[in-house]
Amino acid sequence: MKEINPFHAAINDPGGLAAGIKKRSGKILGYMCSYAPEELIHAAGFHPMRLFSSKSDICLAQNHLQAYCCSLVRGVLEDSLAGRLDYLEGMVFPHTCDSIQRLSDIWRLNTKFNFFADVVMPTKLNTKSARTYMTDVLKKFKTDLEKAAEHSITQNDLQNSISLFNRIRRDLSRIYELKSQFPSIIKGTDLFAIIKGSMIMDREELAQRLETIVLLLEKKDPPPYSGKRIILAGSICDMQDIYKLIEASGGSVVADDLCTGNRWFEGSMPENIDPIEALTARYADRAICPAKHSGNTTRGENLLALADTHKVDGVIFATLKFCDPHAFDYPYMKEFLEKSSIKNLHLELDDQQQGLGQLSTRLETFIHMI
Amino acid sequence: MTDTDKKKDKRKIRAAKKMREIMTTYYLDAMTARENNKKVAWITSGGPVEPLIAMDIIPVYPENHGAMIGASKMGEELCIKAEEMGYSQDLCSYARTDIACCKVNGGPMGGLPQPDMLICCNNICGTVLKWYEVQARHFNVPLFILDTPICHTDYSREVESYVRRQMDEYIIFLETAVDKKFDHDKMAEVGRLAFQGQKLWQKVLKTTTHKPSPMSAFDAFFFLALIVTLRGTQIAVDFYEELSLEMEERIQTDISIIPHEKYRLLWDNLPVWYQLKWLSQKFSDHNACLVADTYTSAWCSALKYIDENNFLDSMAQAYTRIHLNIGVDQMADQVLDMIRTYDVDGFVMHSNRSCKPYSFGQMDIMNIVRKKTGIPVVMLEADMVDPRSFSLSQTDTRIDAFMEIIKQKEWVR
Ligand code: SF4
Ligand code: SF4
Repeated sequence: MKEINPFHAAINDPGGLAAGIKKRSGKILGYMCSYAPEELIHAAGFHPMRLFSSKSDICLAQNHLQAYCCSLVRGVLEDSLAGRLDYLEGMVFPHTCDSIQRLSDIWRLNTKFNFFADVVMPTKLNTKSARTYMTDVLKKFKTDLEKAAEHSITQNDLQNSISLFNRIRRDLSRIYELKSQFPSIIKGTDLFAIIKGSMIMDREELAQRLETIVLLLEKKDPPPYSGKRIILAGSICDMQDIYKLIEASGGSVVADDLCTGNRWFEGSMPENIDPIEALTARYADRAICPAKHSGNTTRGENLLALADTHKVDGVIFATLKFCDPHAFDYPYMKEFLEKSSIKNLHLELDDQQQGLGQLSTRLETFIHMI
Repeated sequence: MTDTDKKKDKRKIRAAKKMREIMTTYYLDAMTARENNKKVAWITSGGPVEPLIAMDIIPVYPENHGAMIGASKMGEELCIKAEEMGYSQDLCSYARTDIACCKVNGGPMGGLPQPDMLICCNNICGTVLKWYEVQARHFNVPLFILDTPICHTDYSREVESYVRRQMDEYIIFLETAVDKKFDHDKMAEVGRLAFQGQKLWQKVLKTTTHKPSPMSAFDAFFFLALIVTLRGTQIAVDFYEELSLEMEERIQTDISIIPHEKYRLLWDNLPVWYQLKWLSQKFSDHNACLVADTYTSAWCSALKYIDENNFLDSMAQAYTRIHLNIGVDQMADQVLDMIRTYDVDGFVMHSNRSCKPYSFGQMDIMNIVRKKTGIPVVMLEADMVDPRSFSLSQTDTRIDAFMEIIKQKEWVR
């Protein structure tokens, strides 16, 4: 499908993409975590751009972060110190894990971008006081953005951004729905390109492109699917090849529980209430990340529900090495799945990893077994 | 008794015996809580224990237990057990050993008394949140989370009102858990005792500004347990009163903790619990005394935010602005301040695989310290409880090389 080519182009050269955006529409703010309130960034006139590691060798970051730090955090710091992110106007750090928490300090002390903001969201999301605090934090961030943009963000600006992001979320959800219904409708690598591209491309352009893709997919008459249905769960998954390997082994990713997937885009924002309240509602109620708390078994229950809705044959956990929040949740989520007789496999990944040799054998064996 | 034995004996800190007795009684009380109709709460080391004391709930600290496991060299076995349960080797070894202990009743005491409730304050790390969720599922007991947002650069009004509100929620949580009204008068009293205890702890730690130092960080690691576990009680106040008197006496009579103190060092991060003896001997052989550390001082560093007469209201700030819950640059400032206060010649950093919020940022602190003071800095790779991340020969060589530089510097001076 040629409509997906721009997504592949975007993810293959994020630097080039950023240069273009910078020339056309202005300033870019980077972020690394799905709790970054993109709607606010966009409403202020900035381009929100999610950062991934370029997976280059770690040289400069070595002087700031020990080897037992996850490859996402080390990789992005490396890119920044090596000048590969010079297109950024600045950076936004929502509070998540201990590693990003310290990256924020190291970034603030060692880089020279014009803009910097810590958005210290609550860790607890299921109480009234936490929500009030979240609203306060969002308001404060809004003020920071206004200062940087040198103009105020009107209700209208925010409302427009919210409806734009709602459109994006709706279409991404629709694409996922279709993928689950007809797994052969779109290749896994294409789905990966769409989702990753959606976090970095110009959002207006993105909304148009997604709409077109949804229309095209809806017209398709895909052949029936008889392979294995898989959920990919975990932290960020920045490995296109995993999707390819799963398909080569006779499976297909029909749903996910990833920071770079469903958890990032699920849910929509009410458009008829105060926009900051709407943002609070979305960020407090969305499927939670393990660095946040909303209940002791929330994530396990979510995963089971997902497995049930999508009638999956197995779950593949893909987590980054040295990622504490996910490593703590893995044993109980595995137990939950096993109680419901859902087979699962855990892959510990590293952005710096060369090739997927060993992984591919494990994936194949797993998919054949389920 | 030989002459050297006598001297060694003289150097021993008498209060250590008392401290062991107090800790034994405390653990016995905790172990028999059920029989005595008392409730037990597990709480994180940086958590607000005072309301528990005011409610007559026995606080138990898995982290203190973790330290005991480390010191009794039972860490490796329990860590491996946790790994078999599916917990990655890269996770904090306090969490790993505790989780494993619950499964096998391991550790020096055969496990901790079961909790009736869990109190988790994330002012030290995100690990405790996940760890306490694991235990809340395991024991199926209520979990209270005190969410103290990190203050990278400032302590904002939003944070203050959020944490303050949670203190009220905490009290309601406790009232529900033990089914009795919160006694504000008692709380005020406990608050005063907690304040006094921390003041005395600070006083004890400050005695090492004296040259030669009457105690070392290794002693502080040991004596820390009381201010952590019994903060807010008269027992802690009395004990630290006694300890500080003993320190004064040592200063008056010129008793130093190591025989020939020539160099004074500052330690950063948690202790390496299973190598305390070896490390203290190693430094002592170089005539170097670890006179202070950033870890044990965390239990008095928030004193400036505490209002002795209005403890409850000042708790929000005092529990939020602790050493690990601030930005790396502020942590560096505290280090610089300690370097001046204790007049140290070198800085020893423990890069602790277990503790990411403490260890990430250390390299920046190291650079700041080098630039601003010029004192030598060494980084030792280890883990506080899991000995598999520690190489004795490598550490030995590093310390020797580091001490060489310090000695040369002194010669140049
Ligand atoms: S992968 Fe894990 S440790 Fe790394 S930044 Fe994400 S949540 Fe933090
Ligand atoms: S050692 Fe560090 S990671 Fe572990 S519980 Fe303590 S503060 Fe948290």
